[in-house]
Amino acid sequence: MSVYRKSGVKRRFFRLWMLFVFVVNSLNAQDRDNDSIVYHKLEEVILVKDIKQRQHTSATPVQILSGAKLKQLNSLSVADAVRYFSGVQLKDYGGIGGLKTINVRSMGTEHTGVFYDGIGLTNAQNGQVDLGRFSLENMEEIALYNGQRSDAGQSARAYASASTIYLKSGAPSFSEGRDLNLKPGFKTGSFGLVNPSLSADYKFNDHLSARVSTGYVYAHGRYKFRFTNGSYDTTAIRKNADVRSYRLETSLYGTTRFQSKWNVKYYHYNSERGLPGAVVANRFRRPQRLWDEQNFLQGEFKQKVSDRYFMVVRGKYARDHTRYSDPEIVTTSGYLDNRYDQETFYMSLAQSYRLNDFWKVALATDYENNSLEANLYRFAYPERNTFLAALTTDLSFDRLYVQAGMLSTTIRESVKHYEAAGDKQEFTPTVMASWQPFRTDDLRLRAFYKRIFRMPTFNDLYYTFIGNTRLSPEYSEQVNAGLSFRHIFGSHYLEARADAYKVWITDKIVAVPGANLFRWTMLNLGKVETTGVEASLRSSGKTGFGVGYSAQLNYTWQQAADVTPGASNYGDQIPYIPRHSGSINLAADYKRAELNYSFIYTGERYSQKANIRSNYLQPWYTHDIAARYALEAFGGEVRLGMEVNNLFNQYYDVIKNFPMPGRSYRVTFNYSL
Amino acid sequence: MINHYTKRPGFAVLLICLLLMVFSSCRSDDPIDFEGEDQTPEIPNEPPETPGEPGDTIRGFYLLNEGNMFQNKASLDYFDYTTGQYKRNMFSRANPDEVGGLGDVGNDIGIYGSKLYVVVNASNKVEVLDAETRKRLKQINVDNCRYITFYEGKAYLSTYLGTIGDPNAPNGMVAEIDTTSMNITRTVEVGRQPEELVARDGKIYVANSGGYSPPDYETTLSVIDIAGFQEVKRIEVAENLHRVKIDDEGDLYVSSRGDYFDIPSKLFVIDTKTDTVKTSFDLAVSDLAIHNGIAYVYSTEFSYVTGTNVISYNKIDVHTEEILEGSFITDGTEAKIETPYGIAIHPETGEILLTDAGDYVTPGTLYCFNAAGKLQWSVKTGDIPAHFAFMN
Repeated sequence: MSVYRKSGVKRRFFRLWMLFVFVVNSLNAQDRDNDSIVYHKLEEVILVKDIKQRQHTSATPVQILSGAKLKQLNSLSVADAVRYFSGVQLKDYGGIGGLKTINVRSMGTEHTGVFYDGIGLTNAQNGQVDLGRFSLENMEEIALYNGQRSDAGQSARAYASASTIYLKSGAPSFSEGRDLNLKPGFKTGSFGLVNPSLSADYKFNDHLSARVSTGYVYAHGRYKFRFTNGSYDTTAIRKNADVRSYRLETSLYGTTRFQSKWNVKYYHYNSERGLPGAVVANRFRRPQRLWDEQNFLQGEFKQKVSDRYFMVVRGKYARDHTRYSDPEIVTTSGYLDNRYDQETFYMSLAQSYRLNDFWKVALATDYENNSLEANLYRFAYPERNTFLAALTTDLSFDRLYVQAGMLSTTIRESVKHYEAAGDKQEFTPTVMASWQPFRTDDLRLRAFYKRIFRMPTFNDLYYTFIGNTRLSPEYSEQVNAGLSFRHIFGSHYLEARADAYKVWITDKIVAVPGANLFRWTMLNLGKVETTGVEASLRSSGKTGFGVGYSAQLNYTWQQAADVTPGASNYGDQIPYIPRHSGSINLAADYKRAELNYSFIYTGERYSQKANIRSNYLQPWYTHDIAARYALEAFGGEVRLGMEVNNLFNQYYDVIKNFPMPGRSYRVTFNYSL
Repeated sequence: MINHYTKRPGFAVLLICLLLMVFSSCRSDDPIDFEGEDQTPEIPNEPPETPGEPGDTIRGFYLLNEGNMFQNKASLDYFDYTTGQYKRNMFSRANPDEVGGLGDVGNDIGIYGSKLYVVVNASNKVEVLDAETRKRLKQINVDNCRYITFYEGKAYLSTYLGTIGDPNAPNGMVAEIDTTSMNITRTVEVGRQPEELVARDGKIYVANSGGYSPPDYETTLSVIDIAGFQEVKRIEVAENLHRVKIDDEGDLYVSSRGDYFDIPSKLFVIDTKTDTVKTSFDLAVSDLAIHNGIAYVYSTEFSYVTGTNVISYNKIDVHTEEILEGSFITDGTEAKIETPYGIAIHPETGEILLTDAGDYVTPGTLYCFNAAGKLQWSVKTGDIPAHFAFMN
């Protein structure tokens, strides 16, 4: 046994070396079987089937982009991809390096939880996760759940947001007889983009495999934009928009003979970028810069103890460092140079027990510790301890699924200086159901109710001059009812989904003015009532002559009214939420060639609370096209892609005075061996 | 069977084309309607008819709306006493092709001779306009400019930083602008982040704040000798100075903002004959205006005790230097005012013009009270209405 292993390791090292030689010299030294494409296609089919099933039967609306579909979209980062989801507004400050956060169903960025490989990404400082920083290179699936996912093994954190995005990185998979996959890739195009990447999967044995994925992005970020109000009209170049970032992910995936599965991941990201700022009269260039470094180590261990009982243990340790420099503010100690250090420690135990054929109970308990340090005047140095416990019960019958759950949140906060926010204890329920009314499973009806809250962030509570430690959590209450229909007509697949919802945000945390513009204070003042409808229609299949197609249409209608008592803008649509928005995606493939077209539409919006002319923002819509071709070469698969984004060169702002780029191009090259 | 299948994509394409047409027709390039926001407030007691020659009497006033930073929403409104009309967006109307409009954060305004000067802080410029036509005469580029005052044919402008791009140069400056050529003629370095300034008897008094380096605030008023254009002395007052006004006896009324935590906002009186602090009031001050021997003072201060803003309106007799009994608003209108943000007193009628910036992110309100403190009329303004200039 040990002799065999040794020789196996040796052989693998030899091959690794050989492959290295191959990559460097572009020489093919080995005979390769070409069934890897076939294998991946097969795998893809299984995956797609599973996703369709999940989307159809889920009691909460879920939208999933995965595998091939994800690669078809003209996307560089997760942020570009989530624009295709219904009910989502991407807050995009423009350009490759611009901040991109997601707002689901008008609830605000802080109400969306973002998970990476099953474990939450936290930003206790401002509650925002910049989705523009997550490369699609190593992403296998992006799923958006309204309400929550209902997976028995999930952590308590998964119950603690009003909506949740799950990012799933690619796990190693090997076709028969293979124990090494190498995937170098390269992207280039407008904005001076240079984006090499490499991922390598290695199989140590049937129980242990590893993936290393790394990528570098550089872009000068300059682009032409238009600055107009209908009467003045000029074009200029966006400056100080450069970005440089480096990402490294290393993961180990293992199974044991005792029905357990585990993975450990180390993630590193660092970047430096210019902050091009708002474009205002007489000021088209700004000097502010931002540096980030993110490091985390996380792991997950799943153990099936018996047919009835299984458990998942998760843990994470994360450190984030941010530096912001503003040469326009000169203090007695030089340029303004702020540094922030966040530390997160997280543990979770999730257990699930099946009482009988149809009844299951689950208990998830989490502990999280967040702390923030900053070189700011009168900084409090806050630390937060969060204890979460989620108890859920599931009833699943042939045609009916019901889940009810209660989440307990206990928060203890302490500070080194000044005053800490009070302790908090909350109980928040969720109920959801999915029902198949007819014998065939073509139609399913679903509904959910969820009450949850978002904690005030460290900035809300402690930011010097602005923070207010008296803040209470900001609550969201959602009800949703919808249907999912699907049918297979021979080789054509059709699905339609629609949901209607209502969301109430109370005790919304808003900034209110103090004595002057430097003295804003955060208060629990706002109230928002949102009514919305989301609908999507999708069709895919094969026509004659071997042409495959897929078409998807998404539409969202949202009325998000500010109903803060006594507000001068009572009843007005809240800022940056369009009444109408939607997207269209069309794709066709023939043999090894693929064509993709997508259209994104965002209706008129207002940039500030009052729905008046001076706050009006024009609708915008972009057309993107892409062509891709796969060929077998050098013993592997080469995929070439050409993308044109914003084909008709429309100049628009998602956020007022933060112009978006016009037409841009991207060329991609991916090789897999 | 085959026919049945091929129909489906055809239908989808049709639907998509239809939707494209609907969506694509939504973006408009209509010219902007500026007149839509004009108002004619109902004035209960019509002010006495004083037609006279231009220059004789106050014909109207400009109100500068600051607009929130990064919104590029500074705007200029004009109230015309002869027609009773309140007109919005006067800069954009007169200069529709100027890129970016008035700009980002209007910080101060003043009329000298036939010219109107608008200081636009975050747009790094001073707009010099013809006060009659509001047409741009010149744009003067000055980084981080704050407040303006006038003296003997020159304008004096405070700016937060004197040198841009030097980490070892935290001091601000005062720039002298020739009102004929509209060029900067001289500059002088003062304390850190200077705010309001006043010129009197060949000297400029400018309030240093030091706001970029909390808690290391400045505590002094810089005195500049205009002839030599040099800082000749600093008068020690208190932490974080802001407002500087002058009364008819040559006394300066200087407000300090304190450190917002332990050191409260106060008001100081400085005798310009001796350049020393004469007296002080334990009175929080956001802004003040002096007219006819009375200082009208208002303040908004956040209370950590109640968690709300405490607003006060006071009158000070600048001759006796005593706080007078009662508020300068006498009819209960103060209950409607959320954030008082700007004040001016009509030099002839003594009418009190007071703005309410509300929640800062929605349009504000301008209130006009008669000298007895009774509301006369009110209009909707732009965002964060703040600074006034009367037009002769």
